[in-house]
Amino acid sequence: MTSRVVVFDYGSGNLRSAQRAMERTGAEVTVTSDPRRALEADGLVVPGVGSFSACMASLRAAGGERIIGRRLAGARPVLGICVGLQVLFDRGVEQADPLEEDQATQGCGEWPGTVERLRAPILPHMGWNTVQAPSDSVLFDGLAADERFYFVHSYAVRTWDMVPLNPRTPAPGVAWAEHGEPFVAAVENGPLSATQFHPEKSGDAGARLLSNWVSSLP
Amino acid sequence: MSLAIRVIPCLDVDAGRVVKGVNFENLRDAGDPVELAGVYDSGGADELTFLDVTASSGDRETTYDMVRRTADQVFIPLTVGGGVRTPEDVDRLLRAGADKVGVNTAALARPALIEEIAERFGRQVLVLSADVRRVREDGGSTPSGFEVTTHGGRRGTGTDALQWCAEAARLGAGEILLNSMDADGTKAGFDLELIRAVRAEVEVPIIASGGAGAVEHFVPAVEAGADALLAATVFHFGEFTVGEVKDSLRAAGYPVR
Repeated sequence: MTSRVVVFDYGSGNLRSAQRAMERTGAEVTVTSDPRRALEADGLVVPGVGSFSACMASLRAAGGERIIGRRLAGARPVLGICVGLQVLFDRGVEQADPLEEDQATQGCGEWPGTVERLRAPILPHMGWNTVQAPSDSVLFDGLAADERFYFVHSYAVRTWDMVPLNPRTPAPGVAWAEHGEPFVAAVENGPLSATQFHPEKSGDAGARLLSNWVSSLP
Repeated sequence: MSLAIRVIPCLDVDAGRVVKGVNFENLRDAGDPVELAGVYDSGGADELTFLDVTASSGDRETTYDMVRRTADQVFIPLTVGGGVRTPEDVDRLLRAGADKVGVNTAALARPALIEEIAERFGRQVLVLSADVRRVREDGGSTPSGFEVTTHGGRRGTGTDALQWCAEAARLGAGEILLNSMDADGTKAGFDLELIRAVRAEVEVPIIASGGAGAVEHFVPAVEAGADALLAATVFHFGEFTVGEVKDSLRAAGYPVR
């Protein structure tokens, strides 16, 4: 059966590209802000560009945070892209005026961690970079280690500390990339997945990743 | 394991058609930007840039349509520059499917435009395009000896180019597209002195443009500090390919896609 995917339209991101790239996988794609359709889709894509605080504000205003929470409570898959990955973490710290204190914004808190400015000589991190994915990754299945994906961001999650104490608890799969320092490039955690890069702009490698996600939808 | 050097073909388009000659074999329609975009995509281009030279604003709709059709078929980043004057222009281009928007003259006239665009859409969408030349002997002076020009390099502005690039990056430009008007059209190589000078001033990525005439010209531009390399004619006339440029970068030890 054809998977029904909703690209959540809360006023952020190049939705047209996300829609077309998703359609390439054979999924039936709708771009909408309608909460019911977003809840009922087989898969929900949460895009996002711009600043953490602006994205989070629009996402909340559109009821996105609750929609994501309710979907996850029912084990229904969600895929965050770029700032759509970032807002899934606890908080984002943005460097405002250098003379003022940094501003922290609360995120969705699905994962522990802080989104911070990368420590790299050249920012934004803009272009094609490689990703180190865990060997049992669903998203990166069939993709070679030297495949490159398109990134464009200045902020990222620099540490990951969600490691279960109980060895029988499955640990989330974390993929890393490097620009000046290592940062989280993708996370796979049960029904919740996200990428810091833009699979919809990453040519054939990105298409493969999106197909992998769509194939995994129940 | 690091960021790849980007190679970016640039297409000049007028009312939705490619101008300034493209000479490829096996093209059904050499003037169709969508078909060409597909050819460059398969050839390994890391991004595509459309420079819209459409003079009449009434024809702008054709530009949006062209962007839409390209973004529907090509899944690599797409930058559109030319004639962008307001945040609304940016909004329309992004909605049509552009990922980044190039701003040039309008930002010179009103630098606050950079802040307005960066605030509303994020700095990652904003490519500041600067047409730079060395100050002519009779044209006054600037601290660096480089000035920003308008009208395709024909008119000097007296604005110091290095100060302008630094100012634009501070205001919110996510990238600098650095066009050397002295090197442009010479095919004698990129303007390494200019690239080095701007590299020392800004911490945003630099796309070097102007002067590419041979495969050997690209590595020195990267050594001078360019993060990405843009060329038009040499690619359009098949003098060499994006793939050959990447081979030369790889041979010099630079990461490419």
